[in-house]
Amino acid sequence: MTALTQHTEQLSTTTLLRFATAGSVDDGKSTLVGRLLHDSKSVLTDQLEAVEHASRSRGQEAPDLALLTDGLRAEREQGITIDVAYRYFATPRRRFILADTPGHVQYTRNMVTGASTAELAVVLVDARNGVVEQTRRHAAVAALLRVPHVVLAVNKMDLVDYAEPVFAAIAEEFTAYAASLGVPEITAIPISALAGDNVVEPSSHMDWYGGPTVLEHLETVPVSHDLTACHARFPVQYVIRPQTAEHPDYRGYAGQIAAGAFRVGEAVTVLPSGRTSTVTAIDALGESVDIAWAPQSVTIRLADDIDISRGDLIAPADDAPAVTRDVEATVCHVADQPLTVGQRVLLKHTTRTVKAIVKDIPSRLTLDDLSQHPAPGRLVANDIGRVVVRTAEPLALDAYADSRRTGSFLLIDPADGTTLTAGMAGASFAAVAEPEAAAAATDDAEWSF
Amino acid sequence: MTTVATVSEGTDNPYALSHLDSLESEAVHIFREVAGEFERPVILFSGGKDSIVMLHLALKAFAPAPVPFTLLHVDTGHNFPEVLEYRDRTVARHGLRLHVASVQEYIDAGKLRERPDGTRNPLQTVPLTEAIQQHRFDAVFGGGRRDEEKARAKERVFSLRDEFSQWDPRRQRPELWQLYNGRHAPGEHVRVFPISNWTELDVWQYIAREGIELPEIYFAHEREVFNRSGMWLTAGDWGGPKEGEQVETRQVRYRTVGDMSCTGAVDSDATTLDAVITEIAASRLTERGATRADDKMSEAAMEDRKREGYF
Repeated sequence: MTALTQHTEQLSTTTLLRFATAGSVDDGKSTLVGRLLHDSKSVLTDQLEAVEHASRSRGQEAPDLALLTDGLRAEREQGITIDVAYRYFATPRRRFILADTPGHVQYTRNMVTGASTAELAVVLVDARNGVVEQTRRHAAVAALLRVPHVVLAVNKMDLVDYAEPVFAAIAEEFTAYAASLGVPEITAIPISALAGDNVVEPSSHMDWYGGPTVLEHLETVPVSHDLTACHARFPVQYVIRPQTAEHPDYRGYAGQIAAGAFRVGEAVTVLPSGRTSTVTAIDALGESVDIAWAPQSVTIRLADDIDISRGDLIAPADDAPAVTRDVEATVCHVADQPLTVGQRVLLKHTTRTVKAIVKDIPSRLTLDDLSQHPAPGRLVANDIGRVVVRTAEPLALDAYADSRRTGSFLLIDPADGTTLTAGMAGASFAAVAEPEAAAAATDDAEWSF
Repeated sequence: MTTVATVSEGTDNPYALSHLDSLESEAVHIFREVAGEFERPVILFSGGKDSIVMLHLALKAFAPAPVPFTLLHVDTGHNFPEVLEYRDRTVARHGLRLHVASVQEYIDAGKLRERPDGTRNPLQTVPLTEAIQQHRFDAVFGGGRRDEEKARAKERVFSLRDEFSQWDPRRQRPELWQLYNGRHAPGEHVRVFPISNWTELDVWQYIAREGIELPEIYFAHEREVFNRSGMWLTAGDWGGPKEGEQVETRQVRYRTVGDMSCTGAVDSDATTLDAVITEIAASRLTERGATRADDKMSEAAMEDRKREGYF
């Protein structure tokens, strides 16, 4: 093997981490993103020149790194981030996909979009202001979406004399709050995005901090889950039947494993029909394998020629989800048109789309203090609320807490195809401890958020 | 300390997918979603590396059955002969069906007018959108990547286009989890970008890993070129060089393949895949910044073209 081949091998066997950033512009999010990209040498000369040119023509002296990610005319004109921007960078240890999400409350839906596929969320706080409403909102969205890892980046430490007590107090308050929402892992890091402290390089100003830099943490955080703890799930996307002379009897069920692992020889159940069979082969994009796991795209073949089509779910015979037509969920409303009780919608779950009706909207969540507003009757853009939906056909639905992939769904307007809401089946937060703020805001003793 | 960290030390989890496997799995999932939900999908195929990777992914996604899509090439009339030869050979080898929409035919028929700068890239929009209407394609796969350009960075994997093929960035559907919403009214269609999340380096590494054949012009070779606005363009019948532009022979290669009038070559001695990957990994210029004149027209050139129906 030549040195060059080794180099190539190393580059292509690194893992991929998808993460999202949250925080308002004033917290220094653009500076942090700019610093990560710049210090990992992911901003190339012509991009930087374009930003410098555009900054100068706007009368700014220093290059405005936000122009790197604000790719739309309207964003540059208004100087704000409207929509999620995806950025790509790499270190020798890992490749990264960064969903750079807007911080304003009216763009909560975009943070939900960015967080839905993220394995990690970075929540930015200004060290001078500490935990504010916006911070709690970001923590709540990360908890709702069950982002496995949350980083609290306490920024602008240079403006508080790099004082440990300032950081410790903010980290403690945030950790207590986020843990009460069920965020499984919180890592607090004191940084100065502007000066570069603890972003890529360790800070010489904060000897008292012994943890990783932001980049070091991003490089080492685990990206795969304990497969034995996951219920194996395989939504059938497409049935492959060549019917050619070479493959006259081939019948394979193509899909992406949503959770867990499947093995040749395993007894499986097909839902919603409930028929059972055995896995005889797994074709992993051209290679025959004995075991495959999430999120691999594979083709599964079964021993029995049973009726299976797109929208069905294959699960282990001894670990299949319950089938239901009554869905209780937390949703984030993402459309400008409202969602109302009695509305007829389409529900898209894994590879299955069914007719449904909104039976009830029991409550709406106030993200600022996590209090609930009972029976709002409707949800409007950026609202988060509980809904009860009745479907025309049964669904093999998991709780979102058990599987982000098979516990999530969309509600779609059948008239014009608009994506109305993002749904998460089951209870909202992993922990049901009642934050003090919420207790003060509502007399209702029952905590359903 | 108030920090709660449970980072696993050192142990490499055997169930973590490599980044190329993750990207491949995601792209295959997208191809299969379209096959499952649309009536008349088509893959835009130019013979360039991104569309070659897309076709390779589609072949893997449906194997051992054939790819259930046709191909469409918008031929500017100024394409590299080596690339057209590659295109036709590939289509024949896989027994696929190729539609060609010709910019030259539109110009000859008086339906399009040549631009003063000779660039034909923006002229592709009309033949493309008319071909989509004529064949009633409802899903159109493109090889666009979000790392290419800042307006592309904002586009969804499933991008709804109206009956005029227009993109409205303010009215995009939020795209959540892996739940792609492809619903559209008759006359509308969806542009689908399975390799949205790939970078230029990912594409090259994947080509190397899978042993995919490419047109020769991606590798360093001696070529007659001339300099226009800082870019090395291939001399030819399409309209170059003009008076005052000197033709010289240089060792170059192409990072992108497009219309000859606006796609520049880069000086290079990379004659193998390994050498190309090393060169890309070390380059301080983006793919489009180095070789595309049409993106330099204005700060929002790509956004404006996409609004009109460009891919």
